[in-house]
Order: sequence, then structure tokens, then C-alpha cells
Amino acid sequence: MAKTPVQFRLNGSDKAVFVDGGENLLNVLRRGVGDMSAKYGCGQGTCGVCTVLVDGEPQLACLTLAETCAGRSVDTALGLSDGPNLHPLQTAFMEHFAAQCGFCTSGMLMAAKALLDRNASPTREEVAEAISGNICRCTGYEPIINAIMDAAAKRGGGSNREQGHARV
Amino acid sequence: MLEFRKEYFKDERDDRLNEVGQPRQRQDMLGHVTGRTRYFDDHAFEGLLHLKVLRSPHPHARLRSIDTAAAERAPGVKRVIRAADVPVNKNTLLSLINFGKDDEPLLAADKVRYKGEPILAIVAESEAAAYDALTKVRVEYDPLPAVFDVEEALKSGAPVVNETYPTNAFEYHEKYNHQKLRFGDVERAFAQADFIVEERYQMSPIEHAPTETNGSIAAPETNDRFVVHTCTQALFFSLGTAAKLLDVPSNRLHFLGGTVGGGFGGKVDSLTEPLSILGAMLTGRPVRYVLNREEEMLYGCPRGAERHYVKDGVMRDGRIIARKVTSYFDAGAYTRLSSYGAVKCIAHIPGPYTIPNVHAECYCVYTNRTPATAMRGFGITGVDFSLEVQMDKLAHKVGMDPMEFRILNAYRDGDMKAHRREAHNCALIECVQVAAEKASWPIRDEYRRMNSMTGGGGERAVIPPTATDEGGRIGAGRPATSTPPRPPPPTVAPPPRAPVPAAAQPRAPQPATTQARPAVPPPPAPPPPVAPAKPAATPQHGATRFSSVFGTRRR
Amino acid sequence: MARHRGRGMAAINYPIGMNLGGDPSQALVHSNPEGKFTVTLSAIDLGQGMKQVTRQIAAETLGVPIADVYVDTADSDTGPHDMGSFASRGTHRVGNAVAAAAKEARGVMMEAAAEELEVNAADLDTDGRGNIHVKGAPSRAISVKDVAVAAQFRQGKTIAGRGIFLIPLSEVNPETGEMSPVSCYAHACLVADLEVDDETGEVTVLKMTSAYELGRAINPKMVEQQLVGGAWMGMSHALFETPEPYYPDTAHGPRDFNEYVMPGPGDICPHDIAVLERPAPDGPFGGKGPGEMCANPVLPAVANAIFNAVGVRVDSLPITPEKVLRAIKAQGGARPQGAPGGRR
Repeated sequence: MAKTPVQFRLNGSDKAVFVDGGENLLNVLRRGVGDMSAKYGCGQGTCGVCTVLVDGEPQLACLTLAETCAGRSVDTALGLSDGPNLHPLQTAFMEHFAAQCGFCTSGMLMAAKALLDRNASPTREEVAEAISGNICRCTGYEPIINAIMDAAAKRGGGSNREQGHARV
Repeated sequence: MLEFRKEYFKDERDDRLNEVGQPRQRQDMLGHVTGRTRYFDDHAFEGLLHLKVLRSPHPHARLRSIDTAAAERAPGVKRVIRAADVPVNKNTLLSLINFGKDDEPLLAADKVRYKGEPILAIVAESEAAAYDALTKVRVEYDPLPAVFDVEEALKSGAPVVNETYPTNAFEYHEKYNHQKLRFGDVERAFAQADFIVEERYQMSPIEHAPTETNGSIAAPETNDRFVVHTCTQALFFSLGTAAKLLDVPSNRLHFLGGTVGGGFGGKVDSLTEPLSILGAMLTGRPVRYVLNREEEMLYGCPRGAERHYVKDGVMRDGRIIARKVTSYFDAGAYTRLSSYGAVKCIAHIPGPYTIPNVHAECYCVYTNRTPATAMRGFGITGVDFSLEVQMDKLAHKVGMDPMEFRILNAYRDGDMKAHRREAHNCALIECVQVAAEKASWPIRDEYRRMNSMTGGGGERAVIPPTATDEGGRIGAGRPATSTPPRPPPPTVAPPPRAPVPAAAQPRAPQPATTQARPAVPPPPAPPPPVAPAKPAATPQHGATRFSSVFGTRRR
Repeated sequence: MARHRGRGMAAINYPIGMNLGGDPSQALVHSNPEGKFTVTLSAIDLGQGMKQVTRQIAAETLGVPIADVYVDTADSDTGPHDMGSFASRGTHRVGNAVAAAAKEARGVMMEAAAEELEVNAADLDTDGRGNIHVKGAPSRAISVKDVAVAAQFRQGKTIAGRGIFLIPLSEVNPETGEMSPVSCYAHACLVADLEVDDETGEVTVLKMTSAYELGRAINPKMVEQQLVGGAWMGMSHALFETPEPYYPDTAHGPRDFNEYVMPGPGDICPHDIAVLERPAPDGPFGGKGPGEMCANPVLPAVANAIFNAVGVRVDSLPITPEKVLRAIKAQGGARPQGAPGGRR
């Protein structure tokens, strides 16, 4: 099968891969470049565990054609922390015990990041709306919503590491 | 919002601990929030192949012919795996602990018994190639009549779902088509009850729906072994199941897992590991078999449906004096774990209440649907739904507050339970009291003062004379349903064989609060000293433990 | 046409573990030469927190800080046998095995410390911070690290332990059902407050209030995780989930999360929880296990609250708007029942 070369930036680093026609971004991330943080949950766009950011917008990697990512920036949970320094969302998820099995966590974090990047102080309803495409089967969502609200509050409170170097 | 009510049972706890009871961070949390936690599918293998199965479109059909010639020639296909390639193509999950007969093939050989049953597998260079090749397989089916309702399945003349159990019911103790529970005499008590409430409850099947679907990757390892990355909930169950089906010594399999994207009971059945390993054996390459979401939803094992008939006799003052339950667990086409769910159900009846007369039977029934399995609350959730809605109806019937009604009938330390073990460590009353208080649900002082530690035992610890019967004997034809057969002339069951716990020793007379249970009808005298069924020295465990479970030997 | 408030409750108990073929778990614990411990298991962490629960039990038993213990699980080459993670058996069965293994390892550690301090091991205690001292004389102490070094390089002792916990099979009497199903039970009572729309049949759960008794809470935050998430699942089972909405009709099988409906982040309600701890006499530090029972009281409590709101009994799950609406119509309209128990 003919392959197409695709170059994109992944968490700030250049990547070049050959992809099959019709191959999705999730497969390219996981099997192509070895970023396993985005998960396969349904392949149908109904569970959100493969949520990544493409040029800052949340996208379902399983429904995103890899070829359409040529020349664009892709961000995954692996790039969320700044070296050893956790992103405020990661810290908040830890403090609120907002993960159990952890399988939805990467996608949930990326959906939350997309929200906070465009809306620094969301309401509880806006948080629920932003993660409404992300299935979590363990937590009942409550601690996840609390964590996102808390991260927003703490970021709004001053020491906003993100503002220094928005990565997208 | 969560609060600890440390004042309860504080005398039974030493709270001066360093680590236990502390809100420590989870060992796995950092991995979760950084996206670095590795699940079974997060392992890369050079030359990885992908396995997909062909599933039956019919709920019940004979397989007349299978033509794989075109599929084998399809691009990327490395191997087609047929039933004949499976070394030991019949198993039952609990055979590892000798419970039940082998009744399920890994790949259907002669018949399919549910829609979605795997018939063959294709191993290919990509998932797309495997799916593509599946469309090229030609199968001819002779559809057979199917049955989907548990009570229909038990009627004579119903289609036989699974020939291993020709009456469509699991066989308990090689004797009965259901598991029995007998305690006291419900019929006599019903005759004395002020009210009888009889109802039918239906529990839906439930899909576990973990965000990670079932799957595994198997790869040839050094030393002629196979490494298996798996999401199983039971590592050695899955290893043992695979070793049996593939007829390899268990130490040739190296299972790795332990970090799983949710299970809820849906990852015990070892749905993928045997085929992944067989694929790796037949191709010499790493093979990945992961259910897609549609397969997980439709053909991954669900929690089975349950139907419960509950008949209660209750007195005007709120005491329940008899409870009779007939339960049907829909196992689907194969046993998996449903046989045990029925036992767990029986042990749970009559719920957390002290009721002097209890009669229950639970059937594990085969139908032509996806095999059911365990799920969070297995054998209990549906029973609790039924019993607690029934409790609400009973409270309504006698005009009592539902909270007080629970407290009145709640089991207490020292009470005899229907499965003939003394209750201890009870806390139902306290939970009801605290929930009522938190919800500002008023209950009367006398109910607020009751507790689980006092008022139990004594006459409540007595095992009543019990009517037993031989209804539902295997070989006696299909049972009547809904209304279990009338018992033959009652016989008195022997007293419990197990030693009575120390806590069962004679206790002080009950305190004044025992208005909770005056003896109407009077609790029977202790059973006559019938000669023990067996010498007391007969071990219940130990020597017989791995040779026989419930007397049903492995085939 | 109106929305009716309703309130219902349910109370349950839950058996911890299973009675099938004997129910064993094993654990191994060993120290490296720095006094850092590894617990080796074959138990599965599917989100319930098996790794952390056993880690805390090991640290407590050993008498060392949590940071000095890690749990490595589910490698069949190194981990000893375990039945699996189901039946709410993890905390109780595996926890007991870990406690036994840690106790054996602690015994060796204390003997090695006694040899270094030239005292009787029975006179020693751990401080939970990485030191071993003579009881009543905190200054006569040695660090766990120094003990481990001494054990490895001077005394030739392995600071390690093996543990197994087995609930033997209790055979079931075919005639009476007599058996010992499990050795302890967890308990719960839950109140559901909800609203029923008698025009659409839609049920909205407004609040849950509960009391759960689950033996010793080994880790209170993880207990909260289970109870909050489990009650959500119970609400989901009560009102939303089914792969066969017209069971026994097999039609309408769901293929994705758009067809298999569960409450989303916008459908949740506050849950006010009280935790009671009556330690299981045979549990690790009294632990039982909250993992399964947390969902169970929600289903009947919701059903009972719906009756309280509109006077209809829906005895088949899930209680979909269609079923509620049909029942209300059959009854000739909603019949609110007033305050529960009729006494408020």
C-alpha cells in the first residue's frame, strides 16, 4: 500500500512518519511514533479517551486522518508537564484523586486544557460541557470537575506557569 | 462530601496507626496524570500481527460449511485459525476450580449458540486487512429455533441451548436443576401472616463498559515460551484457562498485567488471551487481539439479566415472618460464572434481615444470548434491588416508616441467618440511623436507640425445624416454572454440621428493646438432636477441597 | 403536568469475597539492602486501588514509611498466586496475605535489629519513620537502613516474608443451602431525592445521602473514590443502562456510547456520605471492601423515590422515561405519596 510522508510537531518536537491512506492519528501516535498516552477506547468518536489537541483544539485522534495533521501541532498528555514540573491540571487531578483506572485521564486532561486555554475561569456547567464527550466509568465525574475547577482557580490566582510559554 | 463517623464502633478499633487510615496518594496516580501508565496495549512489538474473529449472525444455528479459501488469499492474511486448530476446544471457566462441566468451545465447531459467537479467527498484518479478509469467508448456516426468556427456556419442548445441560439449567450437586435454600417453614408462616405481598422483579442486563476494551498481546519469548500482555482481572485464571485450551504447561506462558483500564467484572472471562497466544504459536510472531467497542458492547460478556419472584408474609406490627424467593439468572449460551452467581444469590437471601422462615431457589438458565458473567455486585445487585423495593412495599402495606421498618427487621449480632451461620459484625441498623440523620428523615427515639450489638441472638439464633423437598431433581423432567413444585412430605433437615462460632454461646436475656421481635409465631424449639448427618470429624474443607466443589466434578 | 419531588431509601449488606473452590491469595515482601521494601503480588489493579491499599497495609505492618514500600504486581513469573480482582476480595484477601508476608519480614528485621542493638527482639518497636528503637527508650535506636545493611552484609539474613490468606471452601448443602458464604459483610443505607416529570417520564436525581459501613477504611480518599463513583454507577444502572431495553427481546443492542447511555458529567448530583467503620474481625486492620456494594443501594432507593414522587412502581430496570410514563398513564396520573413513612 502506498504510504504518504507526514510531518507534524508533537509536544513541540518535529516528527516525520509514513502513513497509510486513511490511517488515523491515534494509530500514528501509538504505533507510529510511540506516544501511548492517547488510548483506544472505541474508534468511533464516542468515548473521548483519545482526545488530543491539534493546533490547540481538542480532537478525537481516532477520527482524525493522520494526513490532515501535516504541518500542524499535536499535543498529548505526554507533553503536558514542563519537564518534571506538572501542569496545574495534573496537580489538581492528583490532589482531587480524579483518576482511578486512569484510562480516560489523558483524554480528560487534554479536553480540560483546551477549555482552560480558551476560558480561564469556567463555570461548573462549562466544565461539565467541556468534558461531556469524555467517558469515565470509575469516578462519577465529580472529582474530575472539582479538579478542573480547582486548577482554573489556582491558575487565575497568579503564578501562571502556562502564560510564560504557551506551547501550542 | 464525605465524613467519617468515628464515634461508631470506636471500641472495636485502634485508630492509632501510621499508614492505615491515612489519605495517602495512590502509587499509580502520577503515571495516570502524566499519561505514562502502561496498560496491556501500550507495548510495542516489531512485526505485530492483528487478530479478528468471525462472529455468528445467528443466535442458534448449525454450521453446515465454512469456506475460507478466498480469505486465506486476501492481502496481508497470515493465518486463518479454525476450531480444529484449537488443541482442547472445550472449557468452562470455573473448571480450574472444578465447578461445572466443560461446555464452551473457543471457536464454534458444529453449532453456534448465540449471535456473535466466534467461529474462526484471522491473523493479518493490520486490523484493516483482518476485517477485510473476514468479509471473504463463506459460512453456510442451518438456523435453529432459539430461546431468549429464562422461564421459557425451562419449559419442556424449549430448544436445547447447550447440550452439556440438556434441560437448559445448570446442575447443582449433580442432583438439582437449581440451588436450594430452606430455613423453617414458609408455608405455615404465610398462613399466619397478616399480609402477603408477592411481586416480580426484573434486572436488566448491564454492559461493563470499561473505557479500555478487552484485549491482549501475545508474543514468542525466549526459551520457547510466550509472553502475554493482558488486561485480565484474574492473572492466574486467565493463564490457567489459556494453558488448558492450548494444552501447554502453565510455565510456558508468561502473563503480565495488573494495570487495567477498568473491569467491573468484564475481564475475568479470558476472552482474548487464548486466541492471541494461539495466533503467536501458529505464526511465530506477536499477535494482538483487542475487542472493538461494538464487540465489547454486544459480545463481551455482560452482567446477565435476573428475574426474582419475592413473596413475603408480614405481620401488622411490621415483622416479616416469611420470605420466599424464586430467582432466575440468565446465563446466556454458556456457563462462564453464572453458576456461581446463583449460589451467591442464595447465600444472600433474605437480605440483611432476620426472618424466621425462608425458602429460596435460584436457577442458572441457558438462553441463546451472549454468555453472561460477573459484574460489580455479582449475584447481589439484582437481589438487593428486588428485596429493597419489596421492603418499601411492605412498609407501605403495614403503614410503617421505611427506615424504622428496616431497623425493626434488621439482623443483629448473634442472629441465625438463613444459610445457617450466626451473624456477627453487623452494622445495618447504624447505617440506617446515620443516613436518616444526615437526610433529616425523622425516626422515632426508640429506633434511634437500637443497635446491632444488642437484641440479637437468643431465640433469634435458633435454627427452626425445616421442611426440605426434592423438587427439581435432575432427570425428573423439566420443572414447572414460577410456581416451584410443591414439596413432598417434609423431612427435618439435620442441624448444621459446622461448629457454631464462639459468639453463638448462650447469651444474656434480650434487653428491653427486643420489642423488635416478639415471638409470633413462636420460634420453634431447637431442632431435636437428630444424629449428625456425618461424624463431626468429616472435614468440610481440606482434603476434598480441590477434588470436588459442590460435588460437581470436572469433565 | 408537573415535576414531582420524591424521596426513597434502601439498606443493604454485602458479602466480602467468594466461596468457590477455596479463596486464596499470596504475597511476597522483601527488602533491598537499603531497607526499602517491595511487595510482590499477582493481584490486579483495575482502578480500585489494589496497589495502594496493599502498599499501606505493608507499610503499616512493617512499621516503615509509605515511601519505603512499592508494590509490584501481576507478573506470573515473579508474583505468587492470587485468585483475581473480583468479589470485593482484594482488600480483605490480598490485604491479609500482604499483612502476613510483611509480618514475617518484620520479624526478621527485628531480629536483625536486636542483634545489632544487642537486645531482645521482643523489646523493640518501629517508629513508622524508618527507625527501630528499644521500647520506652527512643534514643537506643537503629535505622531500618542500617539494619538492612547489617542483615545483608554482616548477618546473612534475608529480610523477607511470605504470606498466604485462604478462606477454605465451604461446601453448600444441596437440600438447605447451608454454607459459610463469606466471613464478613459491609453495609449501607442510602436516601435518594429526585424529581419526576409526569409529562416526559424523565427522572432527575437531585441528591444522594448515604451511610456506608465498610470495615476499616485503609485509605479514606480511595474509599471516597469508590463510594462516589460506585453510587454514580448505581444511579446509571437504575435509570439509564441496558443493552436490551426490551428484554427478553434482544433487539436494540448498543454499539457505542451514543447508544449505551450513561449519565454524563452534567447529569450527576451531590452525594453526602458518612463512613462508618466496624472492623472485620478477620480483615487486615479490620478492612472489608467498598468496591461493589457502593452501587447497590442506589437502584432500589431510586425506584422507591419514584414511587414516593408519583405513586408508580416500576419493578424492572432500568427505569426509563418510557416505563415511568406508561405507568403514570396506566394509573391515570401522578399520585404523589407525601413525605416518606407518612409521618412528616
